[in-house]
Amino acid sequence: MNLAQEFSQPEVQLGGIAPELLLVGVALIILVVDASFGRGDNRWYLAGLSALGLAGAAALAIMTWGDNELQLSNMIAADGLAAFSKVSLAAFGLLTVLLGRDYLARDKIEESEFYALVLFAVAGMMLMTAAADLIVMFLALETFSVSLYVLVAFRRASLASHESAMKYFLLGAFSSAFFLLGIALTYGAIGSTNLYGGADPVAEPGIANFITGTPTDDLSLLIVATGFLVIGLGFKIAAVPFHMWTPDAYQGAPSPITGFMAAGTKFAAFAALLRLFDASLFPLRSEWRPLLIVLAVATMIAGSVLAIVQEDLKRLLAYSSIAHAGFVLTGVIAANDRGVSGALFYLATYGVAVLGAFAVISLVAGRDEERVLLADHRGLFYEHPLLTTALTLFLLSLAGVPVTSGFVGKLVVFGAAVEAGYTWVVVVGVLTSAIAAFFYLKVMATMFLQERDPDAPALPVGRLASGVVAVAAVATIGFGLAWSPLINAAESATIFFQSPQEQSAPIPPGG
Amino acid sequence: MTEVAPSYFLVLAALLFSIGVVGALTRRNAIVIFMFIELMLNAVNLVFVTFSRMWGNLDGQVLVFFVLVVAAAEAVVGLAIILLITRRRESANVDDAHLLRW
Repeated sequence: MNLAQEFSQPEVQLGGIAPELLLVGVALIILVVDASFGRGDNRWYLAGLSALGLAGAAALAIMTWGDNELQLSNMIAADGLAAFSKVSLAAFGLLTVLLGRDYLARDKIEESEFYALVLFAVAGMMLMTAAADLIVMFLALETFSVSLYVLVAFRRASLASHESAMKYFLLGAFSSAFFLLGIALTYGAIGSTNLYGGADPVAEPGIANFITGTPTDDLSLLIVATGFLVIGLGFKIAAVPFHMWTPDAYQGAPSPITGFMAAGTKFAAFAALLRLFDASLFPLRSEWRPLLIVLAVATMIAGSVLAIVQEDLKRLLAYSSIAHAGFVLTGVIAANDRGVSGALFYLATYGVAVLGAFAVISLVAGRDEERVLLADHRGLFYEHPLLTTALTLFLLSLAGVPVTSGFVGKLVVFGAAVEAGYTWVVVVGVLTSAIAAFFYLKVMATMFLQERDPDAPALPVGRLASGVVAVAAVATIGFGLAWSPLINAAESATIFFQSPQEQSAPIPPGG
Repeated sequence: MTEVAPSYFLVLAALLFSIGVVGALTRRNAIVIFMFIELMLNAVNLVFVTFSRMWGNLDGQVLVFFVLVVAAAEAVVGLAIILLITRRRESANVDDAHLLRW
C-alpha cells in the first residue's frame, strides 16, 4: 500500500480567514507589547495598533471581494456575505476602539486587555459570518461571546457591571447549550454538520445537498434541530422571548462595549442566520417561516412597548435594539435577494447609528457613568448643541425618519417582505415603528425643551470620541441621502456560495 | 456481547439535558446554575457520540473535543465573573443581584 497515495494532503487556503488571523495576531502582539514595554499613563500605541489591525483586516476582507468558494475542507465560505460582513464588522471595531480609548482614559481603567478582547471579539464575529459548518459557527460564537463576557465586566469599580456580566454569561452559556443541541441533532439527521456539503452528497453530506436529495417526510429530525438552532441564535440577536439578558447586559456594560454589542453581535448572529436559513435551509422555508414570523412579531411589539417605560437611556436603547432585531427578521423571513441585501444594509447602518448614539451617551454619562438617566439629559442642547444634534440624528435614524439611513433600511426590508407576500408582518412592523418613534421623540423633547440642571457638571469631550460621533453622524446622513453604493455592495453579498446542484436551479425571486 | 440500542443513549441524553434545563432555571446559586449548564453540554456530548456511532464516522467524536475545550474556556471566564461578585457581596445568589431591573 502506498502511503503517499492513501494520505492526500488537504489543500490549505487561508484567504477566507486572513482577516481573522491578522486580528488574532495583532491582539497577541498588543498583549506582549504592553507586558514588555507598557509603562506610563499615555499608552496611545495600544489603540493605534488595534486601529491598524482592524484597518488591515478590512483591507484583507475587501481583497476577497468577488470570491465565491468553500475553503479549508468546506469549513469556510469565502463569498460576498462574508466579505461584506467582515468590512462592516471591522468598521464597528474601529469605532469601538477609538471611542474606548477616550472612555478608558477618562475612567482611568485603560488596560491592553480591552483592545485585545475587542480584536478577539471582532475576529470571532468575522468567523461567524464566514462559517460554512455549524461547528465553526459554534466556535466563532463562543469566541466572541467569551470575549464580550469579560468586556461587559470591564468597569472594575462598578458592581452593576459585574452583575450584568454574570447575567449575560449565565444566559449566554445556557443558550449556547441549546445551539449545540441543535448542531448535534443536525449531525444525527444528516451525518455531518456542514451547511452546504460537497459535490457528492453521499461522501460529503451537508444540509443543502441533503435536503435536495431527500423526501420531505425524512426531514423531521432536521426540522427539530432547526428549532434548537433558532433558540441559540435567537438569544444572540436578542429576539423575544430570548431577550431577557439584553437590557441588563446593555445597561451594565461600558457604553462603547454596549454599542459594540448592539452593532457587532447582532450583525454576526444575523449573518449566520441569513446563511443558515436563506441559503442552506431555503428549501425548508415553509417549515421555519412560521417560527421566525412569531419571533419577529413578538420581538417588534415587546421591544417597542417595553422601551416606552424606560428611564435609563442605555436600557431604552437596549429595548430599541430588541425591536430592531424584529425589523431585520422580516428581511430574513422574506428569504429573497432583496430581503437578504436589505437585512445586511439595515444591520450595517443600524450598527453605525447605535454606536454613535452610545458614543454620545458615554460622553454625557461622565466619570463612572453616573449620568445615564433620561433626566440627566434635560436641556442638553443648550450646553452641547453639536452633541445633542448628533444624538438627535441617530435617534431619528433609529426611528426610521426620511433622510436618515434608518429610513432606507426599513424601506428595503419591509419592501422585501411585502414582495414575498407577508404584508401583515410589515403592517405590524410599521405600527410598532410608530410606537417606537414615541420614545425617541420623548428623548429629543427632554434634550431640547427642558431646562438644564444647574448642578450638572461640565463634560470633558475627548477628541477621539467626538471624532467617532462625527463619523457616525456623517455616515448616517450620507447613507440616508446616497444609499445606492452600500445597497449595491449588499446586493453583491447575496450571492451565497452555492453547491453545483443549486446553481443549476437558481433561487426564484420572491421565494 | 449484546449491543445496546442507540436509542437508549439518546433517551438518557434527553433526560440529562432536561434535568440541566430545569435545574438552571430553578436554582438560585450562580455556581449551581453553571453546573447545570455544564450538564446540558455533556448531555449534548453524549448525543454527538451516539450519532457518531450510528453514522459510523468520527466527526461526532471530534466535535466532542471542541465542546470540551469551549466548556473549559467558558468555565474560566464564568467562574472569574462569579468570583468577582461573590467577593464584593459574599453571596453567589442570583436573587441578590438586584441593581439592574426592568
